[in-house]
Amino acid sequence: MSPLFFWIFSLLMLGFAASVVLNRNPVASALSLVVSFLGLAALYVSLDAYFIGTIQVLVYAGAVMVLFLFIIMLLDLKAEQRRKLNIAVTAGGVIVTLGFVAQLIHVLHRLPIGNQPFSALPAPLDDVRNVGTTLFSAYNLPFQVVGVLLLVASIGVIVLSKRELK
Amino acid sequence: MMNALASLDWFLIATSLAKTVFLLFLVVLPMVSYTVYAERRVSALIQDRLGPNRVGFPTTLLGLKTDISPFLGGLGQPIADAVKLLLKEDFTPAHVKKFYYWIAPGLGIAAVIVTLAVIPFGSSFLGVPMVIANVNVGPLFIFAISSLSVYGIVLAGWSANSKYPFLGGIRSSSQMISYELALGLSVVPLFLILGRLNLPEIVQYQVKNGWLLLPFTDGKLTLKEVLLWIPVFISFVIFTISLFAETNRLPFDLPECETELVAGYHTEYSSMKFALFFLGEYAAMIAGSSLVVTMFLGGWHLPFIPDGANQGGLDFLHAVPAWIWGIVNITVFFGKVAALLFFFIWVRWTLPRFRYDQLMRLGWIYFFEIAFINVILTAGILAFFPN
Repeated sequence: MSPLFFWIFSLLMLGFAASVVLNRNPVASALSLVVSFLGLAALYVSLDAYFIGTIQVLVYAGAVMVLFLFIIMLLDLKAEQRRKLNIAVTAGGVIVTLGFVAQLIHVLHRLPIGNQPFSALPAPLDDVRNVGTTLFSAYNLPFQVVGVLLLVASIGVIVLSKRELK
Repeated sequence: MMNALASLDWFLIATSLAKTVFLLFLVVLPMVSYTVYAERRVSALIQDRLGPNRVGFPTTLLGLKTDISPFLGGLGQPIADAVKLLLKEDFTPAHVKKFYYWIAPGLGIAAVIVTLAVIPFGSSFLGVPMVIANVNVGPLFIFAISSLSVYGIVLAGWSANSKYPFLGGIRSSSQMISYELALGLSVVPLFLILGRLNLPEIVQYQVKNGWLLLPFTDGKLTLKEVLLWIPVFISFVIFTISLFAETNRLPFDLPECETELVAGYHTEYSSMKFALFFLGEYAAMIAGSSLVVTMFLGGWHLPFIPDGANQGGLDFLHAVPAWIWGIVNITVFFGKVAALLFFFIWVRWTLPRFRYDQLMRLGWIYFFEIAFINVILTAGILAFFPN
């Protein structure tokens, strides 16, 4: 894959990620997050990880963010836009973020693996099959536990959203 | 920068561009306009009317004596409609949220068009495979991208900033989210049977082993095929009906239910922006029908007809050059799609509209559960007949 695409999609992703934070309008923020997710999916695809890239779009951009947008649209947006900027909170957020980025750069810079090129993967990469077989053979029990956990969570939601508990 | 450009495969880029232009501008968009025409003619047939049967091609403008009006007449109607929609006043109401109002129609149709990229619409032509992007996650890619088309509708409903579009947008998006579950789950049995997610390979499998829905097309029928036909048929029914809901077609066109919601999410749109929604709806029908044809009905394959490399089919047909069969395969594919589109239209003018609670109950209580049981049934049959 051409490094050209890497730069295009990472710039797209970072730019729209910044616009999620900077936008005052919640709908604009949510849509920027969608574009950012799409950029991330494109990066996955450019690494030949088609399955992860597609699932990223299907789950986050296609399902989670639609529900987000749904809720945001039902709210009163004008109140959100009128809110004043809290300087102390903003400064705190900026400091924490910069500290994290500095630490990340420091650690990654000294990591020996970071300077070595990875050997190329075998050409026809059947990632769907690989993910499937790994999940159902090596990690079968954790996978089933996650499944039961999700079932419990969804039953919990249904019980809680009933108006009266018996 | 030069290295980056040199590392690109220019032959691949050129052929992909050529295929995109062919598929989009020479096949799908004309097909959309003629589906609208077919919709009007078939509805007229069903309701014992004539429909648009007057407009021909205005060759008198070129100095000829008469206008050409071939076949049943009215074939110039889609062109006249397109010109009308383009030239109408593009009115933007004052109370809308401008930016979102402008991008919504584009978002809706762009998502639909991108899904066409992974559809194998032919075998091969002069050695070039007739699919724009040959990816290993074909159906997943289609579900992922078409789940993005909800944004167009949600934004259209919200940005129009008035009651009916908003209700229409909410209805439509909740309907689409609900039926996406049934749609995705209903095809899991197919992937259990096929063991792959690559659409061209799925078609190749069906060429060898018979179409999934009609397993006798390879000339033989085993007990396993007969048993697997039951879950495949259930999948087909759920998938097709969910497709009606996904594309907002009658009997599930509640988002634009005229008596309650005027025109739903596109009430405030006019001219070409309205036409883009219209185009998107029909393009979604074509994309959905293409997926049904590819997964259930053998894609471009027709028994006894060789593919674009002159393989398979009847032996005496191999005397004809391979590229002709390449074109025949493409024609067969779009012929099957057209037959499904006719089915879509037929249903629309036959069935009355569902009520909203009926629609939701059908999706969540019936289809979702049946699709689940279908997965278990298929897995059981496959466990019983390992080969």
